[in-house]
Amino acid sequence: MLGKLSWSVIPVDQPMVMIASGLMILAILAMMIGITVKGLWRYLWREWLTSVDHKRIGVMYCALAMVMLLRGVTDAIMMRAQQALAAGSAQGYLPPEHFDQLFSAHGTIMIFFVAMPFVVGLMNFVLPLQLGIRDVAFPTLNSVSFWLTASGALLVNLSLVIGNFARTGWLAYPPLAELRFSPDVGVDYYLWALQISGIGTLLGGINLMTTILKMRAPGMGYMRMPMFCWTALASNLLIVAAFPVLTATFAMLLLDRYLGFHFFTVDGGGNMMMYVNLIWVWGHPEVYILILPVFGVFSEVAATFSGKPLFGYRSMVGATMAICILSFIVWLHHFFTMGAGGDVNGFFGIMTMIIAVPTGVKVFNWMFTFYGGRLRLSVPILWTAGFMVTFVLGGATGVMLAIPPIDFIVHDTVFLVAHFHNVIIAGVIFGVFAGYTYWFPKAFGFTLDEGWGRAAFWCWLIGFYLAFMPLYWLGLAGMPRRLQHYQTVAWQPWLELAALGALIVVAGIACLLIQLMVSIRTRASRLDTTGDPWNGRTLEWASPSPPPAWNFSELPVVDGEDAFWRMKQMAREGHAGPAQAVAYRSIEMPKNSPTGIVTAFFAVLTGFALIWHIWWMAGLGLLGALVTMLAFAWRDMTESEIPGDVIAQYYQTHPSEPKG
Amino acid sequence: MDDTPRDRAPGDSREGPGQSELRAYLIGIGLAALLTATSFWVATTSVLWAPGVAVGLAVLAIAQMGVHLVFFLHVTTGPDNTNNVLAVAFGVLIVGLVVAGSLWIMAHLNANMMP
Repeated sequence: MLGKLSWSVIPVDQPMVMIASGLMILAILAMMIGITVKGLWRYLWREWLTSVDHKRIGVMYCALAMVMLLRGVTDAIMMRAQQALAAGSAQGYLPPEHFDQLFSAHGTIMIFFVAMPFVVGLMNFVLPLQLGIRDVAFPTLNSVSFWLTASGALLVNLSLVIGNFARTGWLAYPPLAELRFSPDVGVDYYLWALQISGIGTLLGGINLMTTILKMRAPGMGYMRMPMFCWTALASNLLIVAAFPVLTATFAMLLLDRYLGFHFFTVDGGGNMMMYVNLIWVWGHPEVYILILPVFGVFSEVAATFSGKPLFGYRSMVGATMAICILSFIVWLHHFFTMGAGGDVNGFFGIMTMIIAVPTGVKVFNWMFTFYGGRLRLSVPILWTAGFMVTFVLGGATGVMLAIPPIDFIVHDTVFLVAHFHNVIIAGVIFGVFAGYTYWFPKAFGFTLDEGWGRAAFWCWLIGFYLAFMPLYWLGLAGMPRRLQHYQTVAWQPWLELAALGALIVVAGIACLLIQLMVSIRTRASRLDTTGDPWNGRTLEWASPSPPPAWNFSELPVVDGEDAFWRMKQMAREGHAGPAQAVAYRSIEMPKNSPTGIVTAFFAVLTGFALIWHIWWMAGLGLLGALVTMLAFAWRDMTESEIPGDVIAQYYQTHPSEPKG
Repeated sequence: MDDTPRDRAPGDSREGPGQSELRAYLIGIGLAALLTATSFWVATTSVLWAPGVAVGLAVLAIAQMGVHLVFFLHVTTGPDNTNNVLAVAFGVLIVGLVVAGSLWIMAHLNANMMP
């Protein structure tokens, strides 16, 4: 009846896990009680959970990423603490069982449920505003995408309380991930969580790609799009091209595990090297899916805070699209040592070095954007400058690793760990924090506190260097990655230093949380009444902060790059014509829909049932999802009209958009 | 927004489904059925040189894809179809890179690593 599920799967014998899950459950309960006491359920359901507004969905993506960041960082701290302790005869406090789950969960969570949702959330929030339109191409599908991502995150967290998580590393290589060597539910949790959230990501990619290609404001040709839109386009093209590979690869591994197939097994004609090949066909584009949009964020921030147009816009577009294609011909550098031989390794090594060229073009463009500008050293620009210095270092170690002979020496050491944290933390994480600080006033109508923002930046920067520079050194000294315990006592001081760095990063996260609380408390004194707190250049700053549901009462007409900047310039030069009462036309907006959250409920049900082999429940979940989709497809009223006088009333208390 | 020129989405038609649309679908389904039948025939007959059967099937499969793209997904060379053509081109490029790369890599791995 309940498949493999029984009371014994709850790890009551592991106090650490029980305390962690107890705290998690208490936090959720406290939150729910708080919402009930304040009577906010109705508001939450109508304004957020069933919202199909791209801005609300974007904010929810970012919130999900922030919450999962806390989980991922907790895992990181536990690993750093274990490695700081477990030298020589000391065994530390974590058994290998637990340590292996920690590094698997840390990687999975940080990539799929922190970096991805944060980047997708920023794109969701910003793209329609920058393109001068009212919503994405498929608003309800957008909500479904978000909720499927959240479902995956929920399943990963569920594995903490019920059963266990994968002990295979974040990409679950076979044969270790096959049934023979991982017979418990850990790998199944991993696979189903990522299958569900992967479908959400793919749907989101299709949605945003269609939005950029088909729905720009009148006059916004491709070469007039803000840089963030270009990088988002490249990123979503990569999502659409790469995520089906991930889904298909996981599907094959699932067939191996559930139905006795032999795609990647050691016996029966399987070939586990094919899994490694396929997973990196997805995996390498994935890192560009993450980094390209934040390159866009840095471009916007650099131009805005320098008070001049982005240097080399065309070369930036070219570099972005070149990376988009090149990212599909470098994947073998993740497994140079698997034995492909000289010419294959040589080809992919050279392609990898070539991909550093367009990235270098971008770095120079940002520097020339700063050059000669009136640079305001605000928090987003700090993140950008920190990124430029640190990311170049990470890129340099990346080019080192692209040389196969060097890779043979340092592969699978903590040198590699240091390298990819160097590009992901200093690239993606710094980038999303720059974007968070930059667009927060647009989303909520007040700016974030500068002081705590600076503190957060410095903690992250110093913490990052302390945590990962020792790992470069240890990697060169030959320390393998993923060690629960090591005999070489000489490594210990370096690992203690790394643990200290990780603690400083935690202080940085604390600063971010304090910054949020302080900013909410003092929001009355930091209100953004103009809708343009940074003297911005692109269309998102043309609408009030926070923007109304319809974004723009009239779609802006674009006649060049930096559309909003041109509008402001025209107004300054007195070309804008006298202010007059505008007749507002009524606007059709998509209706809210519970399709997303209901689909997510059934997706979690199906995923959970499949993990525990509860077949009737899986059937029920799939049926429910199908019925939800049909119910959505058959509804008649998909849009509601916002009457013109409501809009007119709104603009009496809010600044109206300048006309182009 | 509505007066800006835009591409036809696959399956979109400006005039609504008419006589010519129906004819295109019928031609499409006829060709698709013909190609499917031919591949079954090729696989069982001895007309083709035996090692060439696989090549024949591959050719028929690619022709089948073309029929689907043109008659069912409405990817044409018209000026209102640039995005669709670009999407197909991008898809073909990526699939080509991935398939060719994987074959190359796996052939080398098999040569070097298999016992």
